Amino acid sequence: MKYAFSFLAVIALILIAGLGSQIPGMQYLFGVVLPYLAIMLFVGGFVYRIMDWAKSPVPFSIPTTCGQGASLDFIKQDKLESPANTTEVAARMFLEIFFFRSLFRNTKSEIHDGPKITYESSKWLWLFALIFHYSFLVVVLRHMRFFLEPVPFVLSALEGVDSMLQIGQPAMYLTDAFLLLGLLFLYGRRLITRHVKYISLNNDYFPLVLIFSIAVTGILMRYLLRTDIDIITIKNLAYGLVTFSPVIGAKIGAIFYIHLFLVCVLLAYFPFSKLMHMGGVFMSPTRNMANNSRSKRHINPWNDPEIKPHSYAGYEDEFREFMVDAGIPVEKELAAAEDKA
Amino acid sequence: MYNKGTIIPGLVIFVLLVTSPIWFNGFKAATPPKPELPPGGEKKCVMPKEYMRDNHMKLLNDWRDNVLRDEERVLVTVEGKTYRKGLQMACMQCHSNKEKFCDTCHTYADVNPYCWDCHLTPKEAASKEDTH
Repeated sequence: MKYAFSFLAVIALILIAGLGSQIPGMQYLFGVVLPYLAIMLFVGGFVYRIMDWAKSPVPFSIPTTCGQGASLDFIKQDKLESPANTTEVAARMFLEIFFFRSLFRNTKSEIHDGPKITYESSKWLWLFALIFHYSFLVVVLRHMRFFLEPVPFVLSALEGVDSMLQIGQPAMYLTDAFLLLGLLFLYGRRLITRHVKYISLNNDYFPLVLIFSIAVTGILMRYLLRTDIDIITIKNLAYGLVTFSPVIGAKIGAIFYIHLFLVCVLLAYFPFSKLMHMGGVFMSPTRNMANNSRSKRHINPWNDPEIKPHSYAGYEDEFREFMVDAGIPVEKELAAAEDKA
Repeated sequence: MYNKGTIIPGLVIFVLLVTSPIWFNGFKAATPPKPELPPGGEKKCVMPKEYMRDNHMKLLNDWRDNVLRDEERVLVTVEGKTYRKGLQMACMQCHSNKEKFCDTCHTYADVNPYCWDCHLTPKEAASKEDTH
């Protein structure tokens, strides 16, 4: 039921855009007003979420480590698994952000007769997550050609590599296929793997279905439903949006408005959903802190500055008489303490 | 707020990246392309103008397959004049200037079709004949 709901939600969105954009006069709403609103929600919401996280104190030093921490000289430190300074943290973050290193360590546990539990390396999630994220990045970068004039050479080169198979005209993009493949795996994983299915919620399925629909409408528009899809009219609109002089020119097919509306929904939904892992990966204390709690004291920002540290020696000085009276052993006897004083 | 020194520059970079098209274009007005009509004054194409705008690439691709793969070298007739199927044989008989016709829109929308990997513009074809 959970996964059916995401489909219903996306179908409703498609109907809203498909029918709504055909009402005369509504093209301005779907082509100009909603995109502006969506991008403002995206940037504003993104900044708000990051600021909100930045205001949350980190009371303890909590990096997750899975290697030997910095210790005595003759004990070899695992610099990536247990970084002890900012450079090592940056190296670990780089590998995490660009290569999803923690997913590479994913394991699959199974219970066999005995009972006996086994752990096995499982790299599928890592592989398809990588395929999905990088394809999506290339797709987003390719779309920049609608917003920039003149189009920078790097974007043309990227597009050339992406369409290198030269299948059909307009040429098929590799990333179109890879994006769908990645999404199908990520969605299928939530249906087939029992324990992942158990913890999956609507807000796990919905973004997958939404991005899948964005990809499918984009592919349909590019290769099949080309009626009233004149790339020049579309670029005029997109370019007008980023120069604050938007124009709705000649008629554009409904499939374009559906595609655009779904993208607007994705942008508006982004800051308030799990998709914020895009910003959150930088803000995660288990990843961005150095494991140096022995060499550098981590001060809890909640600490009341009025409450001074109270050492055991100070404590004994304060209560020595009572401790001796009560028969509690003390490190310095009463007489010795008085001698010093 | 904690770690201002890294979070604020990070957010500034993020906002600049997202809004980069605005700064890149610098509020210049768009310069939509104006492809040149056939110098010979022909008014009628093989298909209506609207269809050609949206679908010329598919039509050319179909023609390529017809001619090269299926050996269907049929003639196309427009207003009594017949042409042999093909980019150079038919289209460029009227739209003779690639730079002022094809390239105007293709450059604007950054479309880089591989037609010209094999095909020649009439001008190029003429210069090739000279050398042979």
